[in-house]
Amino acid sequence: MARVLVSVPAKAGRGEIIAIKALISHHMETGFRHSTTGELIPRDIITSFVCRYNGEEIFRAELFPATAANPFISFYTRATESGTIMFEWAGDNGFSATEQAAISVE
Amino acid sequence: MSGDLPSATRRRILKAVAALTVGAGAVQIIRPTGATPAAMQAAIRTVVGENQINRGKVTLDIPPLVENGNTVACSVAVDSPMTAADYVRAIHIFNEKNPQPNVIGVHLGPRAGRAKVSTRIRLADTQRVIAIAELSDGSFWSDSVDVVITLGACLEDS
Repeated sequence: MARVLVSVPAKAGRGEIIAIKALISHHMETGFRHSTTGELIPRDIITSFVCRYNGEEIFRAELFPATAANPFISFYTRATESGTIMFEWAGDNGFSATEQAAISVE
Repeated sequence: MSGDLPSATRRRILKAVAALTVGAGAVQIIRPTGATPAAMQAAIRTVVGENQINRGKVTLDIPPLVENGNTVACSVAVDSPMTAADYVRAIHIFNEKNPQPNVIGVHLGPRAGRAKVSTRIRLADTQRVIAIAELSDGSFWSDSVDVVITLGACLEDS
């Protein structure tokens, strides 16, 4: 399981715009590099990232080999209600990781 | 260059070069992605279709001089009220000289509140990076930055 770090404010006012940050450890092998013996190292990257707020998709990203290793993405959303923010990464070779964070909205 | 070139000819050449430069500048304003390699152009067309790409609204924030192309902090902000009627649907980042033209594509909605995304990217060489935003009214807006890379993202031996 890849190491995951997400940042979501624990508390927010209703309607407040909050910053969300997500970081995951992954080497993002581009598929364009060669090993010391000259063989092409096969591509192994994360290809998609989805963030859901109480089940509703609020952010989605398609990743390419040009995304740096240990993909970091930060974005914004409006805090509408208390609940759970789910993060989901998927990639080559069946890679999959999830994380969640609770938010309480007053 | 040969030193015996008649000065009238030299003047004419210089004038022609100046005119070309001005012409290229004018084209640049109308089509911000005009002078870029074919692969990137094709990648942009798959996203944009035949729509016109306008300049403005988008701010691509990326350092102009980067020491290590393996990790380049990069953020894109779009000037948009982010209401149900007027919001940013998607932001795409493209590059000229990496093995592939796509960098990242993100999809937002009206509830994002603020159309701003930050990430870290790889750049293999000194090149131009372009961010294109798709708005809810179907229009496309772009910004581009020329980035100088001292050490490119590693494409060779591991």
